[in-house]
Amino acid sequence: MPKTLAEKVYDAHVVRSAAGEPDLLYIDLHLVHEVTSPQAFDGLRAAGRTVRRPDLTMATEDHNVPTLDILAPIADPVSRAQVEALRRNTAEFGIRLAPMGDRDQGIVHVIGPQLGLTQPGMTIVCGDSHTSTHGAFGALAFGIGTSEVEHVLATQTLPQYKPKQMAVTVDGELPPGVSAKDVILAVIAQIGTGGGQGYVIEYRGSAIEKLSMEARMTICNMSIEAGAKAGLIAPDQTTFDFLRGRPHAPQGADWDAAVAHWSTLRTDEDAVFDAEVHLDATALTPFVTWGTNPGQGLPIDARVPDPAEFADEGDRRAAEQALEYMGLTPGTPLREIEVDTVFLGSCTNGRIEDLRVAAELLRGRRIDADTRMLVVPGSVAVKAQAETEGLDRVFTEAGAEWRGAGCSMCLGMNPDQLAPGERSASTSNRNFQGRQGKGGRTHLVSPAVAAATALTGRLTAPADLIGV
Amino acid sequence: MDAFTTHTGTAAPLRRTNVDTDQIIPAEYLKRITRTGFEDGLFIAWRTNEPDFVLNRPEYANASILVAGPDFGTGSSREHANWALLDGGFRVVISPRFADIFRNNSTKAGLLTVVLPEADVEALWNAIEADPALPVTVDLQAEQVTYSPGGGRSTTVPFQIDPYTRWRLLEGLDDVGLTERHLDDVEAFETARPAWLPRALPAV
Repeated sequence: MPKTLAEKVYDAHVVRSAAGEPDLLYIDLHLVHEVTSPQAFDGLRAAGRTVRRPDLTMATEDHNVPTLDILAPIADPVSRAQVEALRRNTAEFGIRLAPMGDRDQGIVHVIGPQLGLTQPGMTIVCGDSHTSTHGAFGALAFGIGTSEVEHVLATQTLPQYKPKQMAVTVDGELPPGVSAKDVILAVIAQIGTGGGQGYVIEYRGSAIEKLSMEARMTICNMSIEAGAKAGLIAPDQTTFDFLRGRPHAPQGADWDAAVAHWSTLRTDEDAVFDAEVHLDATALTPFVTWGTNPGQGLPIDARVPDPAEFADEGDRRAAEQALEYMGLTPGTPLREIEVDTVFLGSCTNGRIEDLRVAAELLRGRRIDADTRMLVVPGSVAVKAQAETEGLDRVFTEAGAEWRGAGCSMCLGMNPDQLAPGERSASTSNRNFQGRQGKGGRTHLVSPAVAAATALTGRLTAPADLIGV
Repeated sequence: MDAFTTHTGTAAPLRRTNVDTDQIIPAEYLKRITRTGFEDGLFIAWRTNEPDFVLNRPEYANASILVAGPDFGTGSSREHANWALLDGGFRVVISPRFADIFRNNSTKAGLLTVVLPEADVEALWNAIEADPALPVTVDLQAEQVTYSPGGGRSTTVPFQIDPYTRWRLLEGLDDVGLTERHLDDVEAFETARPAWLPRALPAV
């Protein structure tokens, strides 16, 4: 029977299948961070269990880590206690940890691919919803809760039901200044925050095939924002070229065997998807969000919508609540919205290519005097690479702040937060109320829009800068 | 996990769509390393900033069933959201649509999620707004929600849940223990995994 890519990966990991029960799915890689794991380790200890496969488990510190004074002890005692708990737990159970200060430290979804631990055809989980990022390699990767973290630690498996299959096909050439972030924001605006519920999304089409691995990760990363369990992209030469030579990538004859297998990981010609969505890449423009969920987005050429125009009562009420929280008036051109802070970083857009795109726009210019810009690399390695290329100087000479690696202002578990009422243009993934700090207001944007916005202090498309 | 068979309590109407887990409990509460005591963070921003927020109203203070709009529990995978609802006295959340991870976490934590069509949620909202003291019964055994609006004829709305999850919740069974019965299968699977698959530990 013809299968989709996701079905092939799923079926290859079924340990046990029985009528009336969920399948038992083997997990090839379990990524762990400090926030969603302490209660799971406590659960193991309480039950007298151990970690079945510490060699398939990798931990790092990312959510709580400060991006200034990174070698000093964490000032916030609660954050510090959580990070210390991870250090104790990983030491006790023999799990490799990339702690603050380590060259492999960084956002969990940045370091997996960077180390070559993320490979095509694998099953990957983490107690973090943005685990879908790893699907960019053709892996089946999804976020789990703390009870499931405990389950994977104990058994290296998870009970699962096979998800439904959705194809999101993006054909055509992306116009200049339009990026993967704009594609995924447009997808979410089209299908809604619940449109992907119960599905794994396979992104395909000529526009997707042309994307770099970094861009593919941006797209898969935000699958969860459409409600999907996971998002993935078939591995190809771009994938293999990215992986070759990375620390945990196969070598020699193993490499050849792996590539031979990876090359089979494609959706069969006559496989059937349960749902299909099509997007025309040539019609896309930079996209920004105006509301408080990632589905509330529009092309930057648009105006703040009038809630009265929404046909569905729930959508209308949601728009009213969003505009009130965001302090926006219907009819205002999105380009007239002034921001206080620009955040460039996160597991969505904190990789080297994202920093390069932003730096190119900022080179030789100064950011707006009333706007602060935080640049937070996704990992220590991304930071080092950027510094080798001189990007750090481009940012600081433009007036931006160059920080240490971590999740930072994406969710403000460290000191990088918006003040109440403060407004940001952010390359992160969630514009939820208070996400970046109590009372903070977030507009999700691409790295290029973030940089252009930093220069003008208002939501700005890169193309607007011509002649500025 | 506590077993769930049937629950009768009062219900709070949360007339909002897209209630994400950042609203259920913000990230600052996630720094704790305990598994209980999260009730102080439950919907804290709305409780603080909106005097009329439904859970600030005394008539809903003791509600144990939350009735919400579609796409409840979106966003972050934090199981702390499920723990906060349980710690805050809720045993059941009813919504037309739940985010997958939230719903899955609920089945592990012992919080029952019930999917009802939007029209039934609207009817239930109207009933509990008219009479906040109205008892609502959620019967997992019979897979139905029952209430008697205005003291009149009883309304019964059936719901569906997959039989395996229903059995686990009714018995209060721990997933890890169930999986451990099949460790032979896991071992057999492991012997067949390709040797080139990555290991996180550097080779010794």
